[in-house]
Amino acid sequence: MLDLTPKEITERKALRINPCKTCQPVGALYCALGVHKCMPHSHGSQGCVSYHRSVLARHFKEPAIATTSSFSEGACVFGGGSNVKTAVKNIFDIYDPDIIACHTTCLSETIGDDLNTYIQQMDIPQGKYVIHCNTPSYVGSHVNGFFNMMAGFIEYLAEKADTCNGKIGIFPGFVNPGDMREMKRIAGLVKADYIMFPDTSGVMDAPITGRYEMYPKGGTTIANIKKLGAARKIIALGEITEQEPCMVLKRKCGIESNIMPLPIGITNTDEYIMALTRLTNAEVPYSLEEERGQIVDIMLDSSAYVFGKKVAIYGDPDTVLGIASLVLEMGMIPKYMLTGTPMDAFAKKAKTLLDKYGVYDQCKVKAAGDLFELHQWIKNETVDILIGTTYGKQIAKAEDIPIVRAGFPVLDRHAHALQPIVGYKGALRLVEMILNAILDKQDRICADEDLEIVL
Amino acid sequence: MQEREKILDNYTAKVFKNRKDHIVQLEESGASQEIAANSRSVPGMMINRGCCYAGCKGVVLGPLRDVVTITHGPVGCGFYSWGTRRNKANNPDGRNFIQYCFTTDMQESDIVFGGEKKLKQAIKEAVELFHPECILICSTCPIGLIGDDIQAVATWAQEAFKIQCVAFSCEGYRGVSQSAGHHIANNGLMKHIIGTGNAVAHAGKHTVNILGEYNIGGDGWETSRVLKRIGYEVLNVFTGDGSYEGIKDSHIADLNLVMCHRSINYIAEMMKTKYGIDWLKVNCIGIAETIHSLREMALYFNDPVISAKTEEVIAEEYAAIAGDLEFYKEKLAGKTAGIFVGGSRTHHYQSLLKELGVKTVIGGYEFAHRDDYEGRDVLADIKLDADSKNIEEITVTKDEAKYRLVIDQERFEELKDQIALEEYKGMFRDMDAGTITVDDFNHYETEKLIEIFKPDIFYSGIKDKYMLVKSGTPSRQLHSYDYSGPYSCFQGALNFARDSYMAIYAPAWGLIAAPWKTTSTLMGKIGGAQ
Repeated sequence: MLDLTPKEITERKALRINPCKTCQPVGALYCALGVHKCMPHSHGSQGCVSYHRSVLARHFKEPAIATTSSFSEGACVFGGGSNVKTAVKNIFDIYDPDIIACHTTCLSETIGDDLNTYIQQMDIPQGKYVIHCNTPSYVGSHVNGFFNMMAGFIEYLAEKADTCNGKIGIFPGFVNPGDMREMKRIAGLVKADYIMFPDTSGVMDAPITGRYEMYPKGGTTIANIKKLGAARKIIALGEITEQEPCMVLKRKCGIESNIMPLPIGITNTDEYIMALTRLTNAEVPYSLEEERGQIVDIMLDSSAYVFGKKVAIYGDPDTVLGIASLVLEMGMIPKYMLTGTPMDAFAKKAKTLLDKYGVYDQCKVKAAGDLFELHQWIKNETVDILIGTTYGKQIAKAEDIPIVRAGFPVLDRHAHALQPIVGYKGALRLVEMILNAILDKQDRICADEDLEIVL
Repeated sequence: MQEREKILDNYTAKVFKNRKDHIVQLEESGASQEIAANSRSVPGMMINRGCCYAGCKGVVLGPLRDVVTITHGPVGCGFYSWGTRRNKANNPDGRNFIQYCFTTDMQESDIVFGGEKKLKQAIKEAVELFHPECILICSTCPIGLIGDDIQAVATWAQEAFKIQCVAFSCEGYRGVSQSAGHHIANNGLMKHIIGTGNAVAHAGKHTVNILGEYNIGGDGWETSRVLKRIGYEVLNVFTGDGSYEGIKDSHIADLNLVMCHRSINYIAEMMKTKYGIDWLKVNCIGIAETIHSLREMALYFNDPVISAKTEEVIAEEYAAIAGDLEFYKEKLAGKTAGIFVGGSRTHHYQSLLKELGVKTVIGGYEFAHRDDYEGRDVLADIKLDADSKNIEEITVTKDEAKYRLVIDQERFEELKDQIALEEYKGMFRDMDAGTITVDDFNHYETEKLIEIFKPDIFYSGIKDKYMLVKSGTPSRQLHSYDYSGPYSCFQGALNFARDSYMAIYAPAWGLIAAPWKTTSTLMGKIGGAQ
């Protein structure tokens, strides 16, 4: 496995090998699926959306709907205006969504198609909406696509009002529906009157009923996105992902946001709950305190098996930062923190976090990196466990390192997208997965006389 | 109303006008009807088609194991085609690049100022890191638009590093589907790689290439195993577990076997013109079809040893699965199926399903041409539209030094009447009256078909799979085999039967409806009785 990866690290300026990111449109598509009765639409050639629907279906094991402008060579020359107008008419006629959320591709961005103008020229049925955002694939990563689509919805729909509607907006970040459910459950427990946006729970984890529903029950409603413009405050989870949408909402409607880390691990979850209760003035219920006590109890009981162990964490910036926070709480060292997304803020946030635990000098942090380089680092100085997306399994196999799957995409396991890694419940789940991975390897490789029955 | 009309009924006039010719309900069993194919999709329809890049890099070039294939463009296209098609490949010489994804990951400045410099640098880095003998460059949408001259970069790389470097201009917007990409890949391989080796043919060794076999789930390995047992030498598989080293010398084969007609018929035809190699359409999916193909091969070679061994291997391979197969036949008898795949499998799997007692009631292709449905007889009648005309047609001429006929013209003509030599009769010939075929099927039509025909199982791809499951329809992916396989030849037929059986008989199908939906749990007392 990966036999051709040399241990010696040489500088690469142009060749990306085994990327740890993908392109903007897939993030935009995922975001749009978190809006109720929304049809995501890709303005480009039809291969883009075919790839995006496939990777989302493989990650969630759910249908991922989206349409395309089906650019031909002619459309590249004359512009895709006629294609997108035909597409929008056909989509409303045949698939009947309430809203179509268009995103661009590297094709339509390169030829400079102006979706804003096209949308103004369209005949949009009464009560229906068409919105757009720009997602050039040659800028940033799928994370940018996700927040650009959020910003697009806000730009088109959020309505400024003179009176505050008292709602707390919760921006969940680029996470799974299982995470969104957990964030909502916690918000409910502290009596928050909230709007989650986007919300893929009930869409990308919809139950089987024997009847296929193109638009399942879940998703943020258009009415609720409008209300974000008069919300009391936004609690935005994901310090890197949420900057742009919060800025747009502030500029358009003057709404303030509290941007904080994804609630992965104890400290981050505490911070999320505190931020909510500051707004709701509600007492944190015993049931949440109980959950917190349980997970901290488990962390102390099992600490000896993980303390000082070295971890490589890779994936999306906010997810990596969140998981790093949890493993630091467990006494582990996040020796390598790598994201493919090119964001300078990642390294700064990581340094602050690592400094807090005094381990910065033992760790390596990189944005705009790739898994080839991560593997080379590991070949030089190994780690005890990998935490990240499916593609790390190649490194795990090559180096016989246990792997815990978290983040996007996870293509080779089931049920993960329905389970949280956020909140105390999510921390419990991650801690269990990490312990199991480490102890399973210990059981597998130890001498017969060293096999412990009790651990 | 006929089923076909029910599907088209809800369309607006404009969409109806386009789609009506792509949907055919056969009037007579085994009789071909005209269908519209290989034309532009209607924007806004949720289709299953991919793009030119997917056909070129994803399908044809991706499986080559010993080449560094660099996707020139933003990160996405390279990322999505990384390890997702299940082209299995061995590592005989330590040169397996299949596990890797190489891309220039173009940034905004590259789009503005041009990406040639970055591509050259990427090639230089690949050479220094891996020392490959061959580098392939596949371009994505922006490349053609900003005018990067990747052909010139390839020429530069050949001279600078003394390696083979071939550029494929397979931008996603070219053509109307993956099909354009197949053609572009075929052209590039033919122009720059096939026949560039110096190997010399050994007469009497019965060597074959298998064309249009991408070794998904190990199909190519299973087919090669059976062929080798009979005594054939499998020279190259195009391109599943294929290699640059190998296909350079593919011109010395005695016969080309064509599995996927759609994606590789171009190479088959060009190799005939250039090197004199005959091609035979084979199908190693299904027991009867496999036996039929093996016997046709034996007829072609006309060697008593091979003929006898063919029958011996058929008998043994069949005996090894017959007992187990009976169980699945019993379980699957009387079921109905729908199959929507790419450009050959919908035909290939119908015979296997028939053997299992499953009737195919709905079929369709994503990117087939009329000849895949109606047979090669219609080739002369197909008028090329603007999209297809943009795809280069290359002409090859006889290579005097390497041209070699295994059978003479007279024998060829004689055999042509008996076996599928340079012949493909198309899918319609094997379908029954009343069955529906949909070209470039979309989500809406798939939903309608499920509603009308209620098939017991539906074979399709990942984009449909979970929609089907949600609607209560057992589903198996026929692109990726749902991470199972091989499905070819005898053992493969058994695997396919087992997987289909598992899909239909999963106990959880019986759990979908909650009991309280059908049985009341409310307890009450009537009239206040004690």
